[in-house]
This record gives sequence, C-alpha cells and structure tokens, in this order.
Amino acid sequence: MIEAKDVHFCYANKVEALKGVSLTVKDGEFLAIMGQNGAGKSTFVKHFNGLLKPSSGTVLVDGVETTKTSVAALARNVGFVFQNPDHQLFSETVEDEIAFGLKNFGFQPDAVEKRVTWALELLSLSQYRKTSPFLLSGGERKRVALASVLAWDPKMLILDEPTIGQDHEQKEKLNQFILQLQEQGKTVVIVTHDVEFVAECNPRVVLMKEGKIIAEGVGKEILTNPQALAESSIVLPQIAQVFTKLSSLGFPKNVIDIYEAEKIILNAKESKQLP
Amino acid sequence: MSVFDGLKFRKVYSPIHNLDPRIKFVYVIAIFAVAIVFAQIIPLLFLFVLQVPFVLLARVQRQWLRSLRGAAFLAAFIFIVNVGTSYFYSGYKLTPSAVESAASLTLRFVVLVESFSIFFLTTSPDHLGLALEESHVPYEFAFAFTTAVRFVPVLAEEAQTIMDAQKARGLELEKGGLMKRIRNYVPVLIPLIVSAIRRSLELAEAMESRAWGATKKRTNLYSLKLHKGDYALLALTIGILVAAVYVRLYVPIPTIVHLL
Repeated sequence: MIEAKDVHFCYANKVEALKGVSLTVKDGEFLAIMGQNGAGKSTFVKHFNGLLKPSSGTVLVDGVETTKTSVAALARNVGFVFQNPDHQLFSETVEDEIAFGLKNFGFQPDAVEKRVTWALELLSLSQYRKTSPFLLSGGERKRVALASVLAWDPKMLILDEPTIGQDHEQKEKLNQFILQLQEQGKTVVIVTHDVEFVAECNPRVVLMKEGKIIAEGVGKEILTNPQALAESSIVLPQIAQVFTKLSSLGFPKNVIDIYEAEKIILNAKESKQLP
Repeated sequence: MSVFDGLKFRKVYSPIHNLDPRIKFVYVIAIFAVAIVFAQIIPLLFLFVLQVPFVLLARVQRQWLRSLRGAAFLAAFIFIVNVGTSYFYSGYKLTPSAVESAASLTLRFVVLVESFSIFFLTTSPDHLGLALEESHVPYEFAFAFTTAVRFVPVLAEEAQTIMDAQKARGLELEKGGLMKRIRNYVPVLIPLIVSAIRRSLELAEAMESRAWGATKKRTNLYSLKLHKGDYALLALTIGILVAAVYVRLYVPIPTIVHLL
C-alpha cells in the first residue's frame, strides 16, 4: 500500500512540481495517473520508490516512510519501469540485462537463472535470450525493460508511459498483461496520456494539473467528465465523444467501453429507439 | 552534477555578458598563463580576488560558487597529494613552507576553474560560435563546438534519469570499495554513451534534412564589434600581463611564511 500525504516537492531550480498531493494506492489496485505534460505525474510516482523524497509531507510504502529507507530497499517491492528503455539497457545480452536487478537484490545464481527464463517467457522474449538488447526494435526493447523489472516479482509495479511507441497489438498485449498481474494481486500504477488505452483497461483514474490532483474516481466517471478532462488537456475517449453527441437521443453519456456501447446501441435498435 | 551547473550559461543581461567573447577569451587565457607562471601564494591570491568583481558585476555569484564547490573535491585532492609528497620526500617532516606551496598549487587550480567558470557562465554558446567563426575557424568546427557545449546540460540531465532508472533496479552507486564504486557506474555510462551517439546521429539527419551546408559561404545576422568595455578589458588584460612579466623578472615575491 502506498500512502502519500500532502506531498510537496521542489526541484533544485526552485520549480514547485508538487503542491500538496494526497493519494492512497491500495494493494491490488490498478490506477492510472493522467494529466498534461509538466503536471507532476512522473515527479509524483518517483516518490513511490524513493527516487525523490518529498520536500514536505510524507510518503509511506507499506507503512515505511520513504525518507527512512533506501531506494534499493523500496525497489524490491516497488518495481519502476521508465518511459525510455534506452535509459537503462546496458548489458551485452538480454539475459544479462534481466539478471541485473536480480543480482543487485542478491538472488542466488540458480534463482537468477530460473527467474530470467520465467520473465523471458512471460514477455515472449525467449528467442532473444542471447541477443544484444541494442539490436532489438523499440517495442522489444521496451519489453526487455519491463521484463528486467518483473523478473524480481515486485508487489507493486509503476509503469511510466508504457504505451508510447507501441503498436496496437503491443498495447493489446500490455492490457492483457496488466489484467494478468491484477489477477495475481499486484498493484499496478500507470502514468499515461493515452486516453483510449485507459478507457480500454478501465482502472481508477487520477487527474493531475500543475502539481495537484484535480479529480479522481473510476475510469467511467472521470473519462466522461468533459470539464475535468479539458482542464488536464485530455480529450474524451472516442466512444464517450460519440455518446455525448448522441445524448440528445436519450443515450447515456458515461460510456467508455466498446462492449457496453454495442449493447446499448443494439438495445436501442430493438426497442425501436433507432431506425 | 554541480560542476556542470557551474558552466551552464543562463541568459542574464550584464556588462560582463555583453563583452566580446574573443576579448573575454584572451583575458581568460592571460589569467591562465599568469597563474601558471607564478607558484607563490600572494600573486595567486591577487589573481583570485581580481576576478571577484567580474562575478559580482555579472550577477552569477551563486552558479560561480557552485562551480567552485564542484571543484572542491579535486582541489582537496591536489592539496593532500602535494602536502603528502613533500612530507615523504623531506624525511617525514611537515614544514610550514611545504604547506604553503601545496596551498598555492591548489589555489592555482582554483583560479583556473574560477576564470573558466566566469567565461562559460557569461558567454552564450551562440556568441561563442560567432566568435569562433569570426576568428576564421571553419564553420563545421565552430558548429560542432557550440553543439557540444549546448549538449552538456542535456547530457547531465540524461545522466540523472539513467541513474534513477538503474537505482530503481536496485543499483547502489555508493556501495562497496573504490573499484566496486567505479564499476557501479558502468550501467550508467553505457546507456549515456549509447544515447549520446544515437542522439548525434539523429541530429545529423535532422540537420541534413534542413539543408545544412547547402551554401558554401554563410553570412551572419549578427556580427561582433568591439565596444568601449571590450577595449577596457583588453587594456586590463595587457596591464595584467605586463605587470606579471615585470614582477616575475624584477620583484622578489615574499612567501607568507617569510612575512610572518
């Protein structure tokens, strides 16, 4: 569980990136933090594994204050995958890359071997085991970065902009993958701009603007709230846009799910509401 | 990354920022030369104090102090090595003059850092490129140089991100003995170098797609002209050089130890 209480954060150049943010992320929860560039999303989640410490306020991870422990100790439970995989890949082979974190956390060699194999299979990277990560495509590098964090099986996972540079199929897989993690009871926090992706996954949504949380709630509620979204420079998901336009025909506005939309339209057709 | 901060140009308007970069560079080189010529503490102290008005006039004292703080580690290293060597060579005796000469060598280093820091803090990369071009350096080289200078802060920021990414994977940079600590930086340096190379290739492509080098003869919107202040600085520089040569040749310089 992550509990942030009235977190303020100032960068060295005096820019106040967070102005009193409070948020609780429960165990097993799936949360999306959204907002425009510079809203403080990345700054905020970097507090979850202690990379940044609050200037004032507190961040508790499983009851431990982040200022009282090290990043390495927190990272064992809180996996953080950065936006750009090129900021972390450095090994000669994909296998070594994935083993890096495991070795840092002091896993035994046979456990390292086993977990590397497991993580490679999980992200369908097994055929690249002995390949240099630098020779892989952008999407594959992103998966290697993800595998290198998942390998030590952290309880909580933070993904910074996981959908950037991914084609539709990869996004679909990522969605499936997050669901899979959810079933295992993992906490997943994503930071993203990708409103369609969020609409599809339907997590709890937190909207940030200028270092503050301006709205939070279930995806269906937040992503169909035009005022709150406009404030964060986010457009409604396409389905919600269509349903907002159709609301004069008596359709509900708060629809973000394709299957729900289909059902409503078919029902309307049957009840002769539509020709 | 405090050392880089001390070299990072920020746009401020001040008499020092408006000086011609060529003259400023000549001044820095003159200070450099004088600092090398003298090994006694009094002239070096004089050189150190001489620069302070420039810093205050340019209103860059905070960044300047930061660059000095960044150099403090190396300065301490120079001091300790010098004191240590003379201690061992003089048969395990620590004399006041040995300490003084170590202090002056350290001060020499500090003066060098100080003057370069002032130069880079008060000269915009554009100005610098212009100065190089007008000094008949081929444009390709001038451009490469200004680009390199411009990318230092970008790389520093990127290094920070990479460190964060690796720390998030359990890397502890401050752990272990000296060799282990150096090895800890491999996971930071490799992504940094790879991304710098990748970035430079992308930059080259972007430049070529915008017709870089299409015309052989380039003209500039701005050109550098010497103003009153520039002549004053030039006069000061010549004055310092003449005085330095005179003092070096004819004036015996006392050491602090002798004065006391």
